[in-house]
Amino acid sequence: MTAALLEVTDLKMQYAVRRGGPFFGRTTTLRAVDGVSFRLEPGRTLGIVGESGCGKSTTAGLVLGLIPATSGTVRFDGQDMPAPDTPAWRALRRRLQMVFQDPLGALDRRLTVGRQIAEPLTIHQDGNRRDHAERVREIAASVGLQASQLDRYPHELSGGQRQRVVLARALILEPSLLVCDEPVSALDVSIQAQVVNLLLDLQARLGIAYVFISHDLKVVRQVSHDVAVMYLGRIVEHGDPDLLFMTPAHPYTAALVSAIPTARARRSRPRVILSGDPPDPMTAVAGCAFHPRCPAAIARCRTESPALRALPDGRRVACHLAEPGILKTGIAHAVE
Amino acid sequence: MKPPLIEIRGLTVDFETDNGRTIRALHGIDLTIERDTALGLVGESGSGKSITWLAALGLLGGRARIGGMVTFDGEPLIGAPVQALEAVRGRRIAMIFQDPSSSLNPVHTVGHQLGEALRLHRGLDAGAAAIEARHLLDRVGIAGAARRLQDYPHQLSGGTNQRVMIAMALAGQPDVLIADEPTTALDATIQAQILDLLREIRRDTGMALVLISHDLGVVAENTDQVAVMYAGRIVETALIDELFDRPRHPYTRGLLAALPDLDGPRRPLRAIPGTVPEPGRLPAGCSFAPRCDEADAACAATRPSLRMIDPDHVAACHHATSIAAVERLERRA
Repeated sequence: MTAALLEVTDLKMQYAVRRGGPFFGRTTTLRAVDGVSFRLEPGRTLGIVGESGCGKSTTAGLVLGLIPATSGTVRFDGQDMPAPDTPAWRALRRRLQMVFQDPLGALDRRLTVGRQIAEPLTIHQDGNRRDHAERVREIAASVGLQASQLDRYPHELSGGQRQRVVLARALILEPSLLVCDEPVSALDVSIQAQVVNLLLDLQARLGIAYVFISHDLKVVRQVSHDVAVMYLGRIVEHGDPDLLFMTPAHPYTAALVSAIPTARARRSRPRVILSGDPPDPMTAVAGCAFHPRCPAAIARCRTESPALRALPDGRRVACHLAEPGILKTGIAHAVE
Repeated sequence: MKPPLIEIRGLTVDFETDNGRTIRALHGIDLTIERDTALGLVGESGSGKSITWLAALGLLGGRARIGGMVTFDGEPLIGAPVQALEAVRGRRIAMIFQDPSSSLNPVHTVGHQLGEALRLHRGLDAGAAAIEARHLLDRVGIAGAARRLQDYPHQLSGGTNQRVMIAMALAGQPDVLIADEPTTALDATIQAQILDLLREIRRDTGMALVLISHDLGVVAENTDQVAVMYAGRIVETALIDELFDRPRHPYTRGLLAALPDLDGPRRPLRAIPGTVPEPGRLPAGCSFAPRCDEADAACAATRPSLRMIDPDHVAACHHATSIAAVERLERRA
């Protein structure tokens, strides 16, 4: 087994919230992330999918140390993550970068994009000014920006070009891990393909590992070696993307896959339409968190929370019914 | 013979800028919406798909100059007096938008807003409106309708707010619903619920649907016919299976090749190089030529108009016929 670049063990993030009346609200615990574990090897991509409120972005924040974890550990390159804002943490942060959904929001409108790409070098006091200019040109070329565009301001560039600027800035310190939170969701289809291809190309050339967070299963399948499906702060299924999306073992993965409209292979897959909204993370559910919306739920699901366990095909799944055969009949029955 | 439900001929939109220049955003759109059909309108941001409908319904404001003809049930909409427009807009032609929470008024309850729509469009009194509002919330699948009527939009989820918007659209018993990216802001499982609801309403009432979306998958699964827009023009129109199986315009082909699959073998995505030209700076000739693999001197010189390629299939490309011929040969081989 290759040594893990990133190893996350039983990560939890809870906070107390007050809800109810204006004066005497009672306090409940919101479990944003509730025991997440995974490992990521160098040069590989873990996709994290799920709907709003499932904890995927919080997981990213915890991994980078931007949000303090309630419990659990994050190990990077065999070392425990140092406490945030210590010199050791800052040194490590060079190797750990992040890219968000909205490139315009992530850029300063008053600075040229060239200066913004150079900024991490200045902050980490890496090399001199002449050396900076050279490295900016190099990294800009590798993400497909032209040298003439470096003197422009963010509003003068298109959405796809801005996302390239954000990527160049994240990559200039040559990180080992890039956490991407919905990096292509705001982009048009044709531009999205440019950025997806760029990420794959950079990984092949530079050996960067990605944590790729997205609600778009099609894009996630395109870039990921492994996929984790999250529901209410937990991983409910984790494994090879083709395995998960073609033969989902968890009823939630099945519903998510069936909810994705596709231009090709139209209406060939069974439709599973879930009733109800995604659950409110503040309302604790007894048993399996998914059972109120699950078409296959049995009595046991209402009382006993299923643990994440390995199946013979290598994936991990948290469902009492995830045995070959049982789930299939359960879902087919519910659909009919 | 009844006239088509909506007919758009040569619709143009020009925007006046601060320095007195005018910029053409829409370059002559022709569209026909028949009763009980669903038309998909696809294209990337800035292609003009939303502007087409805002212009047709007179919702663009004073800075826009609108040309061409739009009729509803044979009656002209462009240039019609406000009263005539009000009798159609929101009532016989309803619209829903991407972000339901910004279309609802945050300081009024859902019941108040639904009641207002019912008084305005159906002339119901307060008592009858209250009963009908409950009925409409039931209709769009909101559980506990009586209680939800007392709620404010912020107390409801995004999916429920979009259901409320659909209920408001249904208040006028419309002949056609223009849905502009109705599920783009929603989670996947909620998107599936909303699209299912729209299908069910269409099955029950025969309401026509215009579905504006950047998502080819959403359009493929929910419409009968598709128009593809690029830089303010329609570049291809076909029946849904025909368009996805035999796209004739290089832009449509490019969009399909740029889209990753959920099943089948993983293949490298073919991105369309470059970006959509700005409205004021369209190239001479075909607007897509600078990004097109097939482009030659003719494409840079003259703009292709929409031509029939196959029955019920039109495309605006000089090479569409030869693309079709090559593909037929490849199929046979």
